[in-house]
Amino acid sequence: MTNYGESRNHPFLSYRDCESRMTALALNRKTLRALLPLLSLVIVLVATFYAQPRTMSYFGLNLMLQYAVPIALATIAQMFIITVNDLDLSIGPFVGLVGCIGATYLNDTPLLGIVALALCIAAYAAMAALIHLRNLPSIVVTLGASFVWLGIAVLILPSPGGKAPDWLKAIMSLQVPVVPFPIVAALAIAALVHVGLMTSSYGVIMRGTGGNPRAMARAGWSELRTKMAMYALAGLFGVLSGLSLIGLTTSADAHIADRYTLYAIAGVILGGGEFVGGRVSPFGAVIGALTLALAGSFLIFMRISPDWQIGAQGAILIIVLALRALINTGEARR
Amino acid sequence: MTGMWSKLRQQPWIWSFIAMIAVWLATIIFTRGQGAGDILTAALSFATFTIVIGLGQMMVITTGPGNVDLSIPATITLSGVVAMKIMDTDNARLLIGIAAALGVSFLVGLFNYGLIRLLRIPPIIATLSSSFLILSTAISYGRGIRIKPPPMLDDFATAKVLGVPVAAIFVALLSLAIAIVLKRTRYGRTVLAIGQNPRAARLAGLNVDLTRFATYVLSALLAGVCGIVLSGFSGGAALNMGEGFLLASIAVVVIGGTSVAGGRANVPGVWGAALFIYLLDTMLNVFGASAGIRLIMTGVIIIAVITIAGGDRAQRS
Repeated sequence: MTNYGESRNHPFLSYRDCESRMTALALNRKTLRALLPLLSLVIVLVATFYAQPRTMSYFGLNLMLQYAVPIALATIAQMFIITVNDLDLSIGPFVGLVGCIGATYLNDTPLLGIVALALCIAAYAAMAALIHLRNLPSIVVTLGASFVWLGIAVLILPSPGGKAPDWLKAIMSLQVPVVPFPIVAALAIAALVHVGLMTSSYGVIMRGTGGNPRAMARAGWSELRTKMAMYALAGLFGVLSGLSLIGLTTSADAHIADRYTLYAIAGVILGGGEFVGGRVSPFGAVIGALTLALAGSFLIFMRISPDWQIGAQGAILIIVLALRALINTGEARR
Repeated sequence: MTGMWSKLRQQPWIWSFIAMIAVWLATIIFTRGQGAGDILTAALSFATFTIVIGLGQMMVITTGPGNVDLSIPATITLSGVVAMKIMDTDNARLLIGIAAALGVSFLVGLFNYGLIRLLRIPPIIATLSSSFLILSTAISYGRGIRIKPPPMLDDFATAKVLGVPVAAIFVALLSLAIAIVLKRTRYGRTVLAIGQNPRAARLAGLNVDLTRFATYVLSALLAGVCGIVLSGFSGGAALNMGEGFLLASIAVVVIGGTSVAGGRANVPGVWGAALFIYLLDTMLNVFGASAGIRLIMTGVIIIAVITIAGGDRAQRS
């Protein structure tokens, strides 16, 4: 890196020149950071195509990315929680619970199923109220809640089985011309959340609550209400994630989505989200989820021993974060 | 009496002990007093492991908001696998095995802190990512073989004196040592200071980086110790032996009254909370609850206890 302290007094460059060069560079870094999630996705995608050229087709992509839809929805759910500076360690078992309800009540007695799913969302909002009013750490409450979700799921469906409603299966096996359905669906989800969270005025309030809760409270916005709304939204997307998952698997199991907790956190972080300050990005989160879904297929194509598959995902996470740290350090040095 | 109670109520650890005694009483009322002592002995044996890792987690959490070690379960597994494989059921190789397992655990702590400090990754994500790598290392090194522990380790891990597990006595000494370290040594005071205000601690000339490094290493080493003794206790290392310790390690710290915002640690609370969690499990088993009900009750009671214990009032201001 050039030392700007010296170049400010450069005999041949005016001060203004240096200034504009610095702005250009700053812009560069900002764009670079925003593009990092996309860049990681492209690298994994290209690597996958290289390892297995047959995947470079409508059918291949469809097959590889189909599970990206439920993962993306769970990631968005986690993103809502991270927006208000909390962390949800229960989203995986929650998605599993929704799957169990979907494959039993929703199929047999749809009305009861819908009521049960509405209760699930209400439970998330109640969790937010408890966390806020008693000022409890979200990781412990959600960790405790994960046992509750798992327990209810085991009671509903003691052994793997059930049957997903036909309309769910129909939606998830939708064929869209030219671009595979998972990609269309993921982009639509991201666009919808982007409009709601990043451009609407209520979205600004929600993100502001993550950035400075006290300031938002002074400005007259109830932190309790915002948190409950965010948790309810997380519950809603958790429900959508569970339903889309059983639309693909056609049956359910209490443990079907246990790994989603980690996927969802990793997806948000890969997508450029930060733990504090309400800094999140819906498009980034969805791209992060796609990257994780692809990374699984890529590792299989690379014939990496199953022993190292989970480790390789950890390594991918570390590499992306290391790159971001590198960009950030440059930014801080200005 | 009321004076003593109001004084006791101020202690952050009191709730975990109240919960523990309530659950124990409920159990022995149900069994009409049968096995009251045995239940305590069993809870003490199992709780020992949770207490060891709980102490490490407590130190990490005390260094301030956001600090947490999610790699503990993976480190337990790796340490257990390394220890069993190197000891190879031979008493003579006991010390080499312990040294190797602790050496590996030290490297884990070093790696975790490296990610946090050099790459500026938030501790939650850093320890989560590293836990994937650690677990893969354990899977690939252990190859799923269950090797029995050497007889001496087996004896140590299961020995009892007057109904008290020997391992529990050692852990009691360890807890005492950590309590003294927190209260009396430069390192312990620095941990508390960083948790309360890292900036002020740095400006006061305390070595923040070195202290955080030592704390992550300590947590990894304690997870390593837990892995070794647990392998001896349960007749060998298994790849899923760390499961369940993630919730346990965080829950005992929080239920035990240690501040999640950092800066305040509580050693007795870790004991109360760990015993409570195992007695709760025993109670639900004795009541004959189904797997689903047991899970739901565990979750509900853990949430209830931290709700009653009141979270963190100081943070509210």
